[in-house]
Amino acid sequence: MRDDPLDLLPELFLLGGAVLGLLACAFLPRGRGRPVAWICALGLAGGLAAASVAAAGPGGTVFASYALDPLTHVTRVAVAAATLVVVVLAAGGTAGGRSGGAGGRRLEAEVHVLLLLAALGTIVMAGAEDLLVFVAAYLLASVPGYALAGLGEDSAGTEAALKYYLMGAFLGVLTLTGVTLLYGLAGTTAYGGLGGRLPSAPSAAVACALVTLLAGVLFKAGGVPGHFWVPDVTEGAPAAVAAFVTTVPKIGAFAALFRMAGGFFTASTADWRLLLALVSVATMTLGNLAAFFQDNVRRLLAYSTISQAGYLLLPVVVAGRGDLAEPALLFYLGAYAVTNLGAFAVVVAVGGDRLRDHTGLAGRSPWLACALAVCLLGLVGTPPTAVFFGKLTAFAAAWSGGYAWLAVVAAANTVASVFYYLRWIVPVFRPGETVVAAPPGDAVPSEGAASPGVAVPREGVPSPGGVAARKGLARGAVAVACVAAAASVALGLASGVALTLGGP
Amino acid sequence: MLTVVIFLPLVVAGGLAVVPGLGDRVVVGVWIAASAADLLLTAVMWLGYGGGIGYEARARWIPSLGAGYHVGVDGLSLPLIAMTALLFLVCAVYSSGRTERVRQYAALFLALQTVCTGLFAALDLLLFFVFFDLSIVGMYFVIVGWGHGDRARSALRFFLYTFLGSLALLLGFIGLYLGGGARTFDMVDLTRDPPFADAQGVSGLVLLAVGVGLAIKTPTVPFHTWLPPAHTDAPAAGSAVLAGVMLKMGAYGLARIAMPMLPGAWQRHAWAVVVVGVVSVLYGALVALAQENVKRLVAYTSINHMGYVVLALGAAGLTAGDVQARRLAVSGAVTQMVSHGLITGALFLITGVLWDRARSYDLGRFGGIAAVAPVLTGLTAVAAFASLGLPGLSGFIAEFQILAGVVGVGLPGSVIAGVLSVCGILITAALLLRMLHRVFLGGPGELTPRVLDVRPRELAAIAPLLALSAAVGVAPRWLLDLVEPAAAAIVSLVSR
Repeated sequence: MRDDPLDLLPELFLLGGAVLGLLACAFLPRGRGRPVAWICALGLAGGLAAASVAAAGPGGTVFASYALDPLTHVTRVAVAAATLVVVVLAAGGTAGGRSGGAGGRRLEAEVHVLLLLAALGTIVMAGAEDLLVFVAAYLLASVPGYALAGLGEDSAGTEAALKYYLMGAFLGVLTLTGVTLLYGLAGTTAYGGLGGRLPSAPSAAVACALVTLLAGVLFKAGGVPGHFWVPDVTEGAPAAVAAFVTTVPKIGAFAALFRMAGGFFTASTADWRLLLALVSVATMTLGNLAAFFQDNVRRLLAYSTISQAGYLLLPVVVAGRGDLAEPALLFYLGAYAVTNLGAFAVVVAVGGDRLRDHTGLAGRSPWLACALAVCLLGLVGTPPTAVFFGKLTAFAAAWSGGYAWLAVVAAANTVASVFYYLRWIVPVFRPGETVVAAPPGDAVPSEGAASPGVAVPREGVPSPGGVAARKGLARGAVAVACVAAAASVALGLASGVALTLGGP
Repeated sequence: MLTVVIFLPLVVAGGLAVVPGLGDRVVVGVWIAASAADLLLTAVMWLGYGGGIGYEARARWIPSLGAGYHVGVDGLSLPLIAMTALLFLVCAVYSSGRTERVRQYAALFLALQTVCTGLFAALDLLLFFVFFDLSIVGMYFVIVGWGHGDRARSALRFFLYTFLGSLALLLGFIGLYLGGGARTFDMVDLTRDPPFADAQGVSGLVLLAVGVGLAIKTPTVPFHTWLPPAHTDAPAAGSAVLAGVMLKMGAYGLARIAMPMLPGAWQRHAWAVVVVGVVSVLYGALVALAQENVKRLVAYTSINHMGYVVLALGAAGLTAGDVQARRLAVSGAVTQMVSHGLITGALFLITGVLWDRARSYDLGRFGGIAAVAPVLTGLTAVAAFASLGLPGLSGFIAEFQILAGVVGVGLPGSVIAGVLSVCGILITAALLLRMLHRVFLGGPGELTPRVLDVRPRELAAIAPLLALSAAVGVAPRWLLDLVEPAAAAIVSLVSR
């Protein structure tokens, strides 16, 4: 048995960063939280470096309950990198005193500590090879999230935090029930032991246990039926926090689900693949349909992340069948994280939540507009961005695992999703303040100039968001958005390398 | 060298996007120079081409998925690449004056040029798909940014519809990937060793996915409904590229991917393809006859003309028929793709001239333009005659080969298909002559006084297309020598 604490160095870096950050919070005056951000960023950078080094090291199980394999390595790297990006976004909000909070409210330094703790829980969730460790990690990942959601200290933030907490507590209890049932049936909570003993357990009870166990995982993943918190939290929480809760917990949840599926779901006689396939269909369809007519870009993005969770379930459905499922899931997770963060960075940079706040963004900041277009088209799955290759491998994995119909449903859903992403992209590239984009020769009045498609819905009371948008853009967030968009394309073009590294 | 031809425009586009403070004249100069350089390189490639797969380049890309960067040209793709280069050059010349936001416009068109050239050169399914999808995105921004009329709606419909097609295509590609024993996306390998040799049902479904994806792009009836609004509301140069180059992507994909890689399924369903082709020919012609909008009319003739290509490719799968005739049909199909690119490009640029002068496409509001704009009238007449298949112009060479081939296959059904398609030519002739008559001859119409004759840059853009069409029509050997071996190869591949 290996129990070398150095094997957990990346996790320890995160923990150390959080503890030091918390201590620093206690000694620094309010509103001067910059050093905390630095401490937390250093902790994340250290964790990232340690995780990269560890990925090249030997695999195996440590402490009899924690796996070191590509699944854990990729989760560590992706979570640390994504959290680092969120810390940068949140720090921009703290320093500039705007656009980080729901109503331009300043974010206090504790936000960084909470982010780090939630990230730590997420990583442990992915690495856990024992249901009790998983439950502990689930709580560690969730509880800071509840506090983060309420940071806005306004009614929307309160509603978000309350919904998040109630959903999380309820579904978490269900998961605990599942764990208890499984322990009663098999006499162990280790994945390996469960895999060995479940075949001889009563199948109906096992099926019940698995379904209840799924509840908490789907809550973290933002999948149906555990998705109700996503739009409210995304809208009510500060934008940087919204970026975090829609990105990072998903990574850990899907990695954990994949590990469970491959570890002991396969040992049960229940048709869990069909169940997950149906959940996947429900998730992607519901996310897409609900996103259609959102006028709030955060709610739109929230539903888009729900539909992405549906696509992410594809490789999980065929876990253990064929050698494509694991690289597909891991690559898709990484691609999704970078692309989704890019889109949220644009929201942070613009500082306005309504679609009309984004009208004419291309005129104010062509680079930001391009980054947004790349990220949104990336979420659609347009090549050569990373999500395309993630989708491609996920479809191929599903098909080769005997779920071709699921790939067809996912493809149909992808087409539907184009519609609402375009609803956001189109106004961005429209001229902002002028009413009609009149070409030089357009002096002759014609049906062309007066068409409703050209006229910009600019009339009405200027919204507070619009005012904030005109004041300028958050520079740090603009840089983050551009880097994320570039990384999304680069990861796509270099997907050959990434898939080779992440593969088994 | 092929890689340079593909990516040169993209590099220039990146330069135009990044370098600050360029004047409009400089931008246009760079744009035209880059397109001209690309055309020149393509011409050099044509002269140096020696048969088989020329200028092949291979690089590892995603080895774990069996996908690579693999490009090359043959008698099927080289004419289309050359046509693409020419069409983009004339669009650059045409758009050189009076285009708003010319910098973004030039960058977008140059990027589109890379995408289109790359698609015709791609020898890897994944690479093909990347270019296929990017062409949709690029054209969407052209329509939405520089179109007129109800452009947002048209562009959205175009995007959704063709994106649906591209995802069907993607599913088909995944099927080909998983169906092949070698787990590869490489077209050459898949062609050598066709997947699903012994799984008829699955191969039929994969062909359906690939076929629907490409049929939407081509477009054939009943998947054509995105085309008329997209064309009508796109800027003239955008329409020329959309019709001239992008419609070919669908038909090219059928000849390059569907036929050689799924020969058994293609043979089994060849009659369905023939029927779709005939219906497209007749339906496109009949609906065009009813149009009152010049640009919609030209758009529907595109459906008609691409119908001939589909008909010929379907006839190539009728293995019970005569081999020589099937080769003739495929050779005609490739010629038709090139010819249609030239002629429709010219026609759309001409409608662009009308819009530029009068801001209208309404047939009924023009009339007697011949009196005020003789050169424009001459150009339109030549283009219309080329489009309806007058001997001496490229349309005749292409359609004659296709119809002779289809009828010559010798099966009763193919003879009927050929005869019905001849009716399509008659209708096309009628509608184009009617268009000429109403717009250019007769008494002056309401908007006629606004129509000035072509400007030098417009002439410089339209005339080369028609001159080349005439060159193909009068002396087609230089083109057919390139196309015929490729056509023979396709027929032998699909007959396996």
